[in-house]
Amino acid sequence: MTGIGELAIDVSGVTKRFGDRTVVNGIDLQVRTGEIYGFLGPNGSGKTTFIRMLCGLLTPDAGSGTCLGLDILREQSLIKREVGYMTQRFSYYEDLSIRENLDFIARIYGIGARKAAVDASLARLGLANRSAQLAGELSGGWKQRLALAACLIHGPRLLLLDEPTAGVDPKARREFWDEIHRLSSEGITVLITTHYMDEAERCHRLACLAYGNLLVKGTVSEVIDAANLATW
Amino acid sequence: MVRLRKFTLHRLWAIVMKEFIQMRRDRVTFAMMIGIPLLQLTLFGYAINSDPKHLPTALRIADHGPFARTLVAELSHSGYFDVVRITDSESEVERLLRLGEVQFVVNIPEDFTRKVLRAEHPTVLVEADATDPAATGPAISAVSALAATALDRDLTGPLSRLRATGPAVDFKVHAHYNPENITQYNVVPGLMGVVLTMTMVVITALAITRERERGTMENLLATPARPTEVMVGKILPYIVVGYIQVSLILLAARFLFGVPMVGSLTLLYAVSLLFIAANLAMGITFSTLAQNQLQAVQMAFFFFLPSILLSGFMFPFRGMPVWAQWIGSCLPITHFLRIVRGILLKGNGLPEIYPEIWPIALFVLISMVVGVKRYRQTLD
Repeated sequence: MTGIGELAIDVSGVTKRFGDRTVVNGIDLQVRTGEIYGFLGPNGSGKTTFIRMLCGLLTPDAGSGTCLGLDILREQSLIKREVGYMTQRFSYYEDLSIRENLDFIARIYGIGARKAAVDASLARLGLANRSAQLAGELSGGWKQRLALAACLIHGPRLLLLDEPTAGVDPKARREFWDEIHRLSSEGITVLITTHYMDEAERCHRLACLAYGNLLVKGTVSEVIDAANLATW
Repeated sequence: MVRLRKFTLHRLWAIVMKEFIQMRRDRVTFAMMIGIPLLQLTLFGYAINSDPKHLPTALRIADHGPFARTLVAELSHSGYFDVVRITDSESEVERLLRLGEVQFVVNIPEDFTRKVLRAEHPTVLVEADATDPAATGPAISAVSALAATALDRDLTGPLSRLRATGPAVDFKVHAHYNPENITQYNVVPGLMGVVLTMTMVVITALAITRERERGTMENLLATPARPTEVMVGKILPYIVVGYIQVSLILLAARFLFGVPMVGSLTLLYAVSLLFIAANLAMGITFSTLAQNQLQAVQMAFFFFLPSILLSGFMFPFRGMPVWAQWIGSCLPITHFLRIVRGILLKGNGLPEIYPEIWPIALFVLISMVVGVKRYRQTLD
């Protein structure tokens, strides 16, 4: 178990190539437990690929490291149990209701008190009144809540959120970030990618990527001080 | 505004070009569009033959005189009968027919030569496995035509007077398992195999491609679900659907078509499980090979075509050239059809259908292995 102050993510030299294109180029990253770590960078800068390597969806071509103390190369299946991954594109079943989706995920993770866990997560994200609605009928903001509820249901210690607020209105974004901070205060580590600078400012620490390279990292003020940084 | 409504060639051309570009990108679809007509041409043009010849025949011969030998030679020369077994055991010929190893048994009685000489027109019993009337029909017509002239070669000189007394031999055909040559008795049980192949393969072929197309696969992969859990989990619900189909067809066979059900229905239900599993496993494997749902459906169709044409469902299996029989033997439906017809019409039990069971089991095993291997747990 990683305690407070320890590293939830500790990787070095992580590289991924698709054909002769290097998508992620030797990234070193340390994320402390309980921290909200922001990933900034234009589309195609390698954010999604990097996150997929952290949660065992892709195998790095080079580099090594640990995620929650588990080896990212050899212990992918253990990492999957401890991590909540929210994909960039909505990836739950549109022809299932909110409750059915959550119930499915809870079964996959083999959660004991399933009904209670589903109810708790419906309540936490304000989905209780809509639980019978089909996921496909939800608007962007509600889909995002469902996705967050689904990746929290098994009690992960690390959340990997890939552009969770894309296409979501400002009010829903603000509520979403309040929720992220609540989770962080409960000791859950959050790695989040975004294009919005106002969101970046709500992170404890930041890293900026471009063309697969990590350009700058540090606290928000350190990153701003690192000067001539273009923003998107 | 009026001008905008006009049909313009450049807009038409834009659409045409775009379609060609998309066609070029989707190589599998393009290959199928070329492959399916080629497959159909080959199958219909070369493999299908509605006048099956060289049917395996057992000879139960109790008279080895010259007339008997001539008769056997004439039967062979007709092109319809290939003598593959000579025996004098009645139980063995019955076993051969039940197993489907021979299509015909020709019985030459012990006093054959003597009766020919006495112009007593000895009866030669031809027993046919008439499960599929189309397979035996032409051969049976050939036999009747042969009766008059079969022994002409021998009935010369002083014996030529025997020709005047009518046909030297009296062929009697006994059609086993389907004595009235009712086509439905053969087709309706066969439909069980066809319906299962058609629906089960398509349904599961869509199973994984749909997850991939809708983006839900990424989420499923990020969970601890194992490949075998996903595959078997996707197969099980459709086994239930498959059993509903089997039951519907059996009910229709019994009450609408009056198909005889001689054998054990329990055995049939048990073997159906294996066959349903074979089709579902095939579908899942297609599903891991296809890039999108359209490709998955096309692959299923590509599998369905030989299944219906080369399995002995639509055309007699023995009428096809050897290469086509060989392909047919690789398909699970070919064996399942023999099992269903064997159980329902011949009353076959487990020992008789066993030779058809293991090829299906092997098929399930191979397609599952390919499917699980192709199902990647990562997005690499």
